[in-house]
Amino acid sequence: MTIIQFIILGAAMFAVGLFGVLTRRNAVLVLASVEVMLAAVNINLVAFDTYLADPAHTGQVFALFVIALAAAEVGIGIAIVLMIFRNRHSADVDELDLMKY
Amino acid sequence: MSIGDWLTEAANWVFLILALVTFISAVMVVLSQNVVRAVLYLVLTLGGSAALFLLLGAEFVGWTVVLVYIGAVIILFLIGIMITKAPLTSTADLSQPISAKVPAALLSVLLFTVVAWAVYQSFGFDALIPFPDEATTTADLGLSIFTNWIIPFETVSFVLLAALVGGISLARRDPTVVEERR
Repeated sequence: MTIIQFIILGAAMFAVGLFGVLTRRNAVLVLASVEVMLAAVNINLVAFDTYLADPAHTGQVFALFVIALAAAEVGIGIAIVLMIFRNRHSADVDELDLMKY
Repeated sequence: MSIGDWLTEAANWVFLILALVTFISAVMVVLSQNVVRAVLYLVLTLGGSAALFLLLGAEFVGWTVVLVYIGAVIILFLIGIMITKAPLTSTADLSQPISAKVPAALLSVLLFTVVAWAVYQSFGFDALIPFPDEATTTADLGLSIFTNWIIPFETVSFVLLAALVGGISLARRDPTVVEERR
């Protein structure tokens, strides 16, 4: 196994997730695309941890931190989406232009 | 390392299959015109990444992804979909029109090209990952968290507490506001 194959996979998934964040209109699916980006980051962290053979396993510890923060982010994100849906009767991010001008 | 040498290693074939599953389902998360299917493809993406972690010897992280992501986060997504009355059948208006997709695709391809080029310049094809003889034990990870990373760990616990309180206070109805009936 080479390190570059994991980083290329991570970079490709991150780019796909970025595309999703930019083009999805449903707010729940924007959050799902963010999850794809975070999964890509995790692949990089764990691959570098195994590559460096770090006895302290720093990469894996940070992957765990990313997982915990992603869980918190989804919890808050879904709560905000529900709040927006309750007030505006839509989860479409294009209609959220109240603070735009 | 030539492509022939690369293919003689059995772990690389496992990687190839897992990487294809993970990447294609990631593309489907982004492109699927059905909300529920997009989220179920997200299960496949995260399951593939968990299997890749097992391949790299990171057992605890792999199973944590299965438990936390596939067990909890996906449920949250599905509940979010059902409550926000997203159409459960295929619809075209889940994504932006093609005029917005083209610049987004160009930006994504540009990002990938820059990262891939930079990685190739720094590592090339010869930087080998030593195949892990034994998996990382949970005891090793726990020791590292509670000696080297105790302050970040406490910070993350505080963030989780804040997210818990924030989620509850956002989602419950505010009793002081008179509900606007439609």
